[in-house]
Amino acid sequence: MKKAIITVVGHDTVGIIASVCTYLAEQNVNILDISQTIVNGYFNMMMIADVSEPKTGFSELATGLEEIGKKVGVLIHCQREDIFDSMHRI
Amino acid sequence: MINMNEVIETNEMIEKENLDVRTITLGISLIDCIDPDIDKLCAHIREKIEHRAEKLVRTGNDIEKEYGIPIVNKRISVTPVGLIGSSACREGADFVKIAKTLDDAAKNVGVNFVGGYSALVSKGMTKAEEMLIRSIPDALSATERVMSSINAGSTRTGINMDAVRLMGDVICETGKKTADKDSIGCTKLVVLCNAPDDNPFMAGAFHGVTEADAVINVGVSGPGVVKTALQKVRDKDFEVLCETVKKTAFKVTRVGQLVAREASKRLDIPFGIVDLSLAPTPAVGDSVADILKEMGLEQPGAPGTTAALALLNDQVKKGGVMASSYVGGLSGAFIPVSEDQGMIDAVKAGALSIEKLEAMTCVCSVGLDMIAVPGDTKPETVAGIIADEMAIGMVNNKTTAVRVIPVAGKKVGDMASFGGLLGYAPIMKVNGFSCDDFVNRTGRIPAPIHSFKN
Repeated sequence: MKKAIITVVGHDTVGIIASVCTYLAEQNVNILDISQTIVNGYFNMMMIADVSEPKTGFSELATGLEEIGKKVGVLIHCQREDIFDSMHRI
Repeated sequence: MINMNEVIETNEMIEKENLDVRTITLGISLIDCIDPDIDKLCAHIREKIEHRAEKLVRTGNDIEKEYGIPIVNKRISVTPVGLIGSSACREGADFVKIAKTLDDAAKNVGVNFVGGYSALVSKGMTKAEEMLIRSIPDALSATERVMSSINAGSTRTGINMDAVRLMGDVICETGKKTADKDSIGCTKLVVLCNAPDDNPFMAGAFHGVTEADAVINVGVSGPGVVKTALQKVRDKDFEVLCETVKKTAFKVTRVGQLVAREASKRLDIPFGIVDLSLAPTPAVGDSVADILKEMGLEQPGAPGTTAALALLNDQVKKGGVMASSYVGGLSGAFIPVSEDQGMIDAVKAGALSIEKLEAMTCVCSVGLDMIAVPGDTKPETVAGIIADEMAIGMVNNKTTAVRVIPVAGKKVGDMASFGGLLGYAPIMKVNGFSCDDFVNRTGRIPAPIHSFKN
């Protein structure tokens, strides 16, 4: 399974999770885990998603999520899990 | 499973602390391009580079997007042109033709620099290599993206003082030829001692003759990340300081290792090494000088600077070595002046002199880097500066380098501006006493006694 980490950072508003989830469903991406917290007054959400078979390529998926972020007024990143694994696990 | 704090930590390093992969450098061997006909040689070179590096920039951009880590530069290094051109080049102009070919190929594949307009002359120069060295001012003023390096000494061979003396002339001449752009040609020219074959960083990158046909080398960076980590351990003892640098270097290098492996897989080109260097840029917060300040120095150059830098350099290596399966290149902290805002400030404040920088190069990679000196500095004096630095490298069994820029028409206190990653620099004072009679002796300085290890 290929996993991606999707992070959302910004001011909390109505419908952030809804719009991200709808988009992921359209892209055939399954959400495995969601957690959220407030850091320094900012809304932080992290999703772990299965990106083994997205409809479009990974780059397009990341770009699509970035654009949704711009519409909603938050920062959305979609990164392969490996970068975090590499950095934080031996 | 990865937790949220780890994700936030990584992304803050990238977004706020300038963590990036400084360069993916594709080394390409040009040995199979050799031909006695200069036009055929150039055609082969162009074809090989354009074929091998066709997907380099696109792949780099894809990895950047997918992992969310900026990859600032995609570059190429080639086999030293002094070897490749030796059977085809009858005059300097032929070598310049090769430089223009490299420049065109670099533009066509979209890389910002191509390194390898080089000659390895640590013991002696062939006629062709001397011709290449003499053609450097023309080559660097006629091209944009070509980088040149000369290896003029090593611990095993000693120092080729004929080459050192010649480079004094070549550097001054290159400065004059590019006078209209603050002598920018000299920013693309470096003289090395103990040059590594697998260095991904410019201007000293070339693809050594010991290397495979093509190889991926990656240079990481992240002075801002180290500085931020050290902010949290102010007033703590040296053990805590060292552990913090080491852990941070580990994390930074792991990203480099991941990117190198991934690029290697996608391009189907073997992975060479990760270069564990702290490479600053002129951007605020991306400075090695700021780390030294964070350690407790008012300015780099203050007493204690060499010790602080030695500590930093050593801990970066200790942390990085475990993070990567193959480490190579220069690996250490870079202390260029023009490319580091903190160093620029220290020079402006009068805290940092060339002599102190020279002392600092004894304990870190690489050497006197991106230092602007008055335009009327004599070629003999430049040769003397190079000889000093070569001696430090030779005796200490390490890589050292000199990239000084005699800025045409400017004097101490003026500013020189090179633009982009090359930054800007205040012109520094050079010791005015003569070394003419020393550097004008011909021949070599013999290898030091500790080179006889067999």
